[in-house]
Amino acid sequence: MQNVKRVALVGNPNTGKSTIFNLLTGLNQRVGNFPGVTVDKKSGFTKLADGSTLEIVDLPGTYSLYPKSADETIVFEVLSDKQNPSYPDMVLVVADATSLKRNLLLYTQIADLGLPVILVLNMMDLAQKGNIQIAIDALAKRLNVQVVSLAARKSQGIDELKKAIQFQNLSPLQSQTIDVEALAPDLIKDITSLFKLENPYVALQIAHQHQNLRYLSKNESQKVKELVLAADFHSQKSQASETIARYNFINDVLLDSVKHTTVAVEETISNKIDHYLTHKVWGFVIFIGILFAIFQSIFAWSEYPMTLIETLFVWLETAGHQFLPPGVLTDLLVDGVLAGLSGVMVFIPQIALLFAFISILEDTGYMARVTFMMDRLMRKVGLNGKSVVPMIGGLACAVPAIMSARTIENWKERMITIMVTPLVSCSARLPIYTLLISLVVPNKMVFGFIQLQGLALMSLYLMSIISAIIVAWAMKFILNSKVRGYFIMELPVYRMPRWRNVGLTMYESVKTFVTQAGKVIIAVSIVLWVAASYGPGNKFDKIESKYNSEAYTAHYTEHQIERLKSSEKLENSYAGVLGKAIEPAIKPLGFDWKIGIALITSFAAREVFVGTMATLYSVDGDADQMDSVRDKMANAKNAETGLPVFTVATAFSLMMFYAFAMQCMSTMAVVYRETKHIKWPVIQFVYMLVLAYVASYLTYVILH
Amino acid sequence: MKLSQLKIGQKGIIKEFTDLEMSVKLMEMGCLPGECVKLERVAPMGDPIAVSVAGYQLSLRKLEASTIELI
Repeated sequence: MQNVKRVALVGNPNTGKSTIFNLLTGLNQRVGNFPGVTVDKKSGFTKLADGSTLEIVDLPGTYSLYPKSADETIVFEVLSDKQNPSYPDMVLVVADATSLKRNLLLYTQIADLGLPVILVLNMMDLAQKGNIQIAIDALAKRLNVQVVSLAARKSQGIDELKKAIQFQNLSPLQSQTIDVEALAPDLIKDITSLFKLENPYVALQIAHQHQNLRYLSKNESQKVKELVLAADFHSQKSQASETIARYNFINDVLLDSVKHTTVAVEETISNKIDHYLTHKVWGFVIFIGILFAIFQSIFAWSEYPMTLIETLFVWLETAGHQFLPPGVLTDLLVDGVLAGLSGVMVFIPQIALLFAFISILEDTGYMARVTFMMDRLMRKVGLNGKSVVPMIGGLACAVPAIMSARTIENWKERMITIMVTPLVSCSARLPIYTLLISLVVPNKMVFGFIQLQGLALMSLYLMSIISAIIVAWAMKFILNSKVRGYFIMELPVYRMPRWRNVGLTMYESVKTFVTQAGKVIIAVSIVLWVAASYGPGNKFDKIESKYNSEAYTAHYTEHQIERLKSSEKLENSYAGVLGKAIEPAIKPLGFDWKIGIALITSFAAREVFVGTMATLYSVDGDADQMDSVRDKMANAKNAETGLPVFTVATAFSLMMFYAFAMQCMSTMAVVYRETKHIKWPVIQFVYMLVLAYVASYLTYVILH
Repeated sequence: MKLSQLKIGQKGIIKEFTDLEMSVKLMEMGCLPGECVKLERVAPMGDPIAVSVAGYQLSLRKLEASTIELI
């Protein structure tokens, strides 16, 4: 007997498919891409009792082979195209035992494709609790397939499943479920001979889906189109009669094998919980309370590990300079690569925590309720109920927030969500805001209870959320989508979160972030390091000799000279030259060339602004010295006019710029990864830059 | 009577669909002629709604529910 090499996991959403996948593969999994498609491919390996290894491919959850989203198209593509690198030797159809009728629809479709199948009945424990009695043997005999019962959340039945896979016959033995040929006899015959197919249901599906199947050439698709027209084939009508025929078969099967006495108990408990959680008033109060708690925890719990990571990198950088031979290579490694790496690593705690919370909300079933409650409100601005989650996450960091927008099925709604999420004020803007506000806003109370500085900060946060909603509303009219929007969604029963899944989600999100966004950040920080460390011509040599002369060594300490030197070097570096070059463009915003340098160096990450300011005004760049950065900036005078550089107008204009401009390489990298097209991060960068420029200009003109 | 016209707690039996495209999606989700549906809840802002059907809960917008005729 030939062994099974590759197994595809197929099933409805909320059937515990991913739990089964995690149980089978453990940490031995990876996220890749289906070639040429914007769908994540989760695959992993598992070992059977006989020592053989097989690949498990987790296909997107779907209710039927007729796709409702781009993600779902991949299911039929993989299962019908033998050239596809993921084409499986057999399929595991995972069905929720508590709602078997609806779940078996997909089973009958898969079974008719003519691949070897095993039917996996998950949540058998819940079915038993709900007094649903399923005669497994009768069901197996009727369908003529192996039926395995599982309680994946309790890790029950996995060994039996592995055994079933091991002993699976590699030729399909399942009984046909409906008379497929009867649906379109001539057309099926024509398509079968056109592509030399063995299976009539594959031919029928090609008739339905030929426009969206990527493995068909234009020519082939055109031929199918002609056949479809000639046969007077109406896709939706045919699909309707097929679905009814399938349900007739399913009813017939279930009559002999399932006895259902009372309504499931879990269902009524869920109903009671929903009474409060989706209540007109309490529903929103509880939702806001939960978000507030999550937001607070992300900041509170990530503070310690973030400090730890920063300390670790500072120690590494110091050690690097101490123990490595001095030279360009060491500087590049320590000040370029290590500094860039620490910029990536420092976000890991926030990302891991945010994803843990989101995965708990999803796992318990609460996320579906949030969607349910917010849909009406969000729909008005072109978003979806599900957009609430990424936008709230954006308050911490746009990177994981954009990754969490994956749950939105509708392409247009997901794109708008991704496009506006970076507008929401993230934690990296906080140090800039605090520095500039403390510089120009007096620290005093108005009306006895409102702290002015706090008011300014809160206004910036509010403005960020309002602007995100306005931009979303505008994009609703710009983005074209012919796809009719639906909101037909299952509300799963409430369950306890699976901690193993939460852990795996944290691990996966961190791994993805570090490898994908990390590469870009490191590359850019190396470029920035070079731009800030080298200058055109021999100016750097001149600066060196100038400060080595007696005029300086006699009057200043070594430390002071170092600071003056690095300040002047930065001024004459490529970054400095660039800052001066863009000065004409940013002058209308109230910025001078030094702010220009900061804009350029903080292009990769906003938080670099404070460090650059520190270097430019020649003070040490660590956070303890914040006050002295502020003092220096407050005393900075314009060389020509002799007036202070940081006026109220300039400072607010600068804050507006950082509020709207993209200025975050990690976000752009993740937008590219999520949309799989360079045009989206480019459009986003440009529209945010335009918004930033206009907002800064208006602010400066009004306040000046 | 349409599914969108049910009151909370009220039940009905699906008779037919008035929109072919929608009917296919709804049937895939277990809304079949002859199935019993019960309106469980309405979202806080009046739309969408949640119904029990085929042993689970389904949420859909009122516009979509109005394509389902009940007996």
